[in-house]
Amino acid sequence: MNEISKTLAPQTRRKLKVKPTTTGDKVFSGVTSAAASIAFILVTLILIFLFIRAAPALQNQGIDFVFGSEWDPDGSGVMQIFPMIWGSIVIAALGVVFATPMAISTAYLIVFVMGKRASNIATTLVDLLAALPSVVLGLWGLWVFTPVGEGWGQILNQYFSWIPIFQVTDVAAGFRSSPFIAGWIVAIMIVPIITSVTREIFSQLDRDLIGGALALGGSKASIFRQIILPTCSRGITGGVLLGVGRALGETVAIFYVLDLSFEINWSKLLEPEGGAVASLILARFGEASSEEVSGLMAAGLVIFFITLIINFLANGIVARSKAGTR
Amino acid sequence: MSQTTTAATMHTEDVSVWFGQRQVLDKVNLTFPSHQVTALIGPSGCGKSTFIRTLNRMHELIPGAGLAGSVFLDGGDIYGEDVDAVDVRINIGMVFQKPNPFPTMSIKENILSGLRLSGRKINGADEIVETSLRRASMWNEVKDRLNDQALSLSGGQQQRLCIARSLAMNPKVLLMDEPCSALDPGSTRRIEETIKELSSQMTIVIVTHNMQQAQRVSHQTAFFLADDNTPGGVVEFGPTEMVFKNPQDPRTNDYVNGHFG
Repeated sequence: MNEISKTLAPQTRRKLKVKPTTTGDKVFSGVTSAAASIAFILVTLILIFLFIRAAPALQNQGIDFVFGSEWDPDGSGVMQIFPMIWGSIVIAALGVVFATPMAISTAYLIVFVMGKRASNIATTLVDLLAALPSVVLGLWGLWVFTPVGEGWGQILNQYFSWIPIFQVTDVAAGFRSSPFIAGWIVAIMIVPIITSVTREIFSQLDRDLIGGALALGGSKASIFRQIILPTCSRGITGGVLLGVGRALGETVAIFYVLDLSFEINWSKLLEPEGGAVASLILARFGEASSEEVSGLMAAGLVIFFITLIINFLANGIVARSKAGTR
Repeated sequence: MSQTTTAATMHTEDVSVWFGQRQVLDKVNLTFPSHQVTALIGPSGCGKSTFIRTLNRMHELIPGAGLAGSVFLDGGDIYGEDVDAVDVRINIGMVFQKPNPFPTMSIKENILSGLRLSGRKINGADEIVETSLRRASMWNEVKDRLNDQALSLSGGQQQRLCIARSLAMNPKVLLMDEPCSALDPGSTRRIEETIKELSSQMTIVIVTHNMQQAQRVSHQTAFFLADDNTPGGVVEFGPTEMVFKNPQDPRTNDYVNGHFG
C-alpha cells in the first residue's frame, strides 16, 4: 500500500459525468425523467392498491385461493380460483397454437415475398387488427365467429373424438362457449403481436445467409425450414411469449364467448365451459360484496404476476436472439 | 467421392440485365474455359457483381430484375425453359463477399448444408466433410472441432468454410464475388492458394477489386466499365498478362495503372 502510494503520486479523478448545462437541456432532462418515472410510479401504485384490496381475501383463503376449485363468496365465503387460472392457461395455449403459424406465415410473406407497397399495406392491416377494441372482437366472436367455430368443433368431435381433448360430456349441449372458441378469439388478438415481432426478426436476418442457401441449391421451403426458422427461433419464441402474456390478461373478448365454470375443465377443449381469471373479474365485479371484491382483486394480482413472469422470460429471450442478424 | 471434378466450359452470349427500367449490363460475351480462373475487374458500379450473379441465376432474388441473352454450361442454356434453377446452382457454386456460414450450424453441418438444402441423399457424410475441407485446405485446422459452431472460426476460416461448403456439392464451376474483400492479408493469401489449387479441378470466375489479386490468381481477365448513365459492359477481355501489361484499350490502360477507379 505504502509502496504503491510512493511510486504513484495521488491524483484527483475527474468526474466524467455529463450534466445538462443549458436551460434547454435542463428542461428536456427534467421532462423526460419525470415522464419516465410516471410509468414506474403508476405500476408500483397499482400493485400497492391491488395488494391492499386483495389482502383480506388472501388472508382468509390462504394458499387454497390459488389451488382450490370453489367459488361461493355469498354462502360459505370460500373463494378459490384454480379453474380460472387453468382455463386462462388452456385458452392462452390454444391461442398460441392457432396464432403462431398464422403470424409466422404473415411475417414471411411481408418480409420475403411481397413487394414494398404490398408489404406496407399488409403491415398496416395487421397492426390495425391490434388496434381493434377487444369488446368489438368479443361481440364479433359471439355473433359471427361462434356459429362458425361451433361447426368446426362439431367436425372435430365427430371425427376425432378418439382423442380425449375432442370429447364432450353431452353432444346435445352444443359446441358453443368452449375454450376452443375462446382460443380462436384470443388467437386473433395475439396474431398482430407475434407477427410484428417475427417481422422485425425476419427483416434483421442477414440476407447473405439466404443468398448462400440459395446458391447451395436450397428451395424456398428448405431455406425457410433449415435456415430462416432455426436462425430466428429465439426471437420468434420471445414474440410468442409476449402473445401469451396478452392472452392471459384478455378479459372482455373471452367474457362474451366462454361460459365460466368452477367445475374444472382439465382438457375438454370443446366442452361449453372453461375459465379465465380476467373474465371472472368482469363477470362478478358488478354485483360483488366487499369480500368478493377483495377476492377478485386477489385474482387480478395472481394474473398480474403470471403475466409479469412471462413478459420477463420473453424480454430475456428476445434480447438474446442476436445470432445471425445483421 | 473423387477428388477431381469434371470442369465445365461456360460462356455467355449477349447477356444484358435490367433492374426495373434501368439497364445495368449490355451484351456481355465471355467464355470461361475449364481449368481456368477468370478475373472480372472494374470500378464500382460497372456491373461485374451483377454479371457474376447471372451465371448461377442468383439475380432471380432481386425483384424487378430482367435478363436477355443466354448463359451456356457445357453447351446447355442454364436459362432454358425446362432447366431448374436449383440444378443450375448445384452445378455452379458461389462464394460471397462476406463470409456467410450458417450461424446455427456446426462446421460439419455447414459442409453438409447444401446437400440437405437441396434434398440430396447424404452417403458417407464424414468422407464428404473431410474431402471438402481438405480441398479448401482447412482440414488440419478444424479436424478436431468439427462439431464446434461455425461462428467460432476466424473470418478467414469462415470464408474457407464457405468455399468448402460449396465444394461439398461437387460443382463444375465456382463463382467468387470479391471473396477476400472482408479479410486480412494473411487470410487473403491462403484463399488465393486455395483458388490456384482448385483451378486444376474446376472452372473459376472471381470478381475482384484488387488488381494484384487478379494478376496473382487468374489466367484471363475481363475489364468491365460503365460510362456515365450507360449500362456496364466488357471493354477488354484476354489473357491476364495481356490485359495488365499490354492493354489494347486506353481505358483499360488507365484503370489497371490506377488512373481512376
